[in-house]
Amino acid sequence: MNIHQSAIPVLIVIVPLLTALALPVVELWKRSAVFPLTLAALAFSFGASVVTAREVLANGPIDYYMGGWEPPWGIAFRIDHLSALMLLLLGCITLLVGIYSKRSILKELPEKEAPFYSVYLLLVTGLTGLVSTADMFNLYVFLEIASLTSYALISVGGGVAVVSAFRYVILGTVGAAFYLLGVGYLYSVTGSLNMADLASILPDLYESNVVLVGFAFLVIGLSIKMALFPMHAWLPGAYSNAPSAVSALIAATTTKVAAYVLIRVMYFVFEPRFSIDTIPVTMLLSWMGAIAMVLGSLMAIAQSDLKRMLAYSSVAQIGYIVLGVGMANAMGFTGGFLHIVNHAFMKGGLFLVAGAIIYRTGIREIRGLRHLSVRMPWTAATFVVCALAMIGIPPTGGFFSKLYLILGAIAANHWAFVAVILVSSVLGLTYMVNVVRYMYFAPAEGEAIPAGITPGAVVREEVPLTMLAPMLILAVGVILLGLFNGEIVSQFIDPSIPERLAR
Amino acid sequence: MLDFAIGHFNTVTYILLMMIGFHAMTSKTNLVKKVVGMNIFQWSIILFIVSLAAKQGATIPIVLGGHDDHGVAPILEASQYVNPLPHVLMLTAIVVGLATTGVALALLLRIYKRYGTLEEDELLEKIQTSG
Repeated sequence: MNIHQSAIPVLIVIVPLLTALALPVVELWKRSAVFPLTLAALAFSFGASVVTAREVLANGPIDYYMGGWEPPWGIAFRIDHLSALMLLLLGCITLLVGIYSKRSILKELPEKEAPFYSVYLLLVTGLTGLVSTADMFNLYVFLEIASLTSYALISVGGGVAVVSAFRYVILGTVGAAFYLLGVGYLYSVTGSLNMADLASILPDLYESNVVLVGFAFLVIGLSIKMALFPMHAWLPGAYSNAPSAVSALIAATTTKVAAYVLIRVMYFVFEPRFSIDTIPVTMLLSWMGAIAMVLGSLMAIAQSDLKRMLAYSSVAQIGYIVLGVGMANAMGFTGGFLHIVNHAFMKGGLFLVAGAIIYRTGIREIRGLRHLSVRMPWTAATFVVCALAMIGIPPTGGFFSKLYLILGAIAANHWAFVAVILVSSVLGLTYMVNVVRYMYFAPAEGEAIPAGITPGAVVREEVPLTMLAPMLILAVGVILLGLFNGEIVSQFIDPSIPERLAR
Repeated sequence: MLDFAIGHFNTVTYILLMMIGFHAMTSKTNLVKKVVGMNIFQWSIILFIVSLAAKQGATIPIVLGGHDDHGVAPILEASQYVNPLPHVLMLTAIVVGLATTGVALALLLRIYKRYGTLEEDELLEKIQTSG
């Protein structure tokens, strides 16, 4: 096998880690240096992922062996096309949210920037590590780094946020413990932790009950981490009570990375024939995804708090990803993975908008958004673009991932899923249009106007540029993802589709 | 049935411990008890994976003698040594568990400072009224 080694993937993970450790010291020396240093680390990480992605596209997957120990003995990093795409996505989102967070954290957490950015960078370390590693136990460690830092970041919101974070700790720990148990079971029969090595040993053991149980624990553990219905109980509280920048970061990345890990385990550590035929886990996941799509959207319609609505909508969107991946054909896989990328951009953008509104006006209620199109025109415009993508209007990215999902459902002859995707889109339309209606249109005849808002006295008060620019970039990104979806699919996703699914 | 339980002593123990932890996490209303349950849950898995390394009649994985004068390692029987890898992995898992407990306790401290209670039902009531 032609092995192509490079140390760049490690730098993507290591640089944020070292910077995170350095920040508390830097703060003692010069507090104003904390934020630029954070930004530099995030920018470096993003730059390195761009270099890595170019390398992967040109020369195929990159391997790196920690300390020169070859797998299966040592820990290895492996960047293939899918992980390169995920690294690009993470680099982009964490950098943009990092820029955005400066003003909002100054306001929500004065004097506490250094600890905040330390934890922020550790979260980036955990997420990029999760995507890069090729070792099952190393993955557990990164999973816990990412989880522990998200607990801490969510609790920074204070008050109810701490209670939500505690709930997340309990459920998240159960998820991680199940994952660990699954790894333990697999290790007990194979004696290996390396993903490629496991993939070559496991096929002979597919009949073994131990492997079955291990696989079940892995899938359940990761489903909790990605908040797949009905294991989503931690998500709405955590997303809606966290500080704005944290909501955007966590909503755009953590559950997506957990979904990515699930794909890794189901299709790359185990062979698709195991996940599809031996136990029909893909079918089961698809149905859970379908239920999540409908119930998540219905719950979102029932919310009056903007961030809470977006959180329930996330539950529904996780359903799309899982539905696509569980459909077990090339189209569905492409749609599901594309939706990971698209959803990170659009949900990141929407949470940034919600944060900007809270930053400027303190309003959380959807009913309070009257005249927002006059007060904050660019923010409102960003919301509309991202909302259109969520509904799935061309040429935004959301349209194409849904198109692939529908094509996949048709190819798999699951007309019920086609119906579910369409119904869920209509429900999505309902709650998104409701918000846009409040933002852009005058109150209807006889409708009560919330106190404190007098038409005519509305002044324009847009958020500062450092907050506005990341939102606009995400909004443009949502459209670009749609226009260039063919490129993404053919360059990154197609080369990685497992053989069994392509047939 | 009894034979099975004795033969799979480690499995039975870990499942029992795990269920005790799970019970504490789901049905206790005191948040500290939930954290205790969470710990029992984690440790049960750690115990189980450590127990996987056990071998009848084997010894600790330290090779006496090592290389001879010509740098040739002695031939080893793997069955005579306990597999050290699960222990090492679980050391890491213990550290992770410690960190999780630390974060959970820190959160409880803040909850107590803000709401003055660690009972879940009282806490929910206070959140409802104070927001």
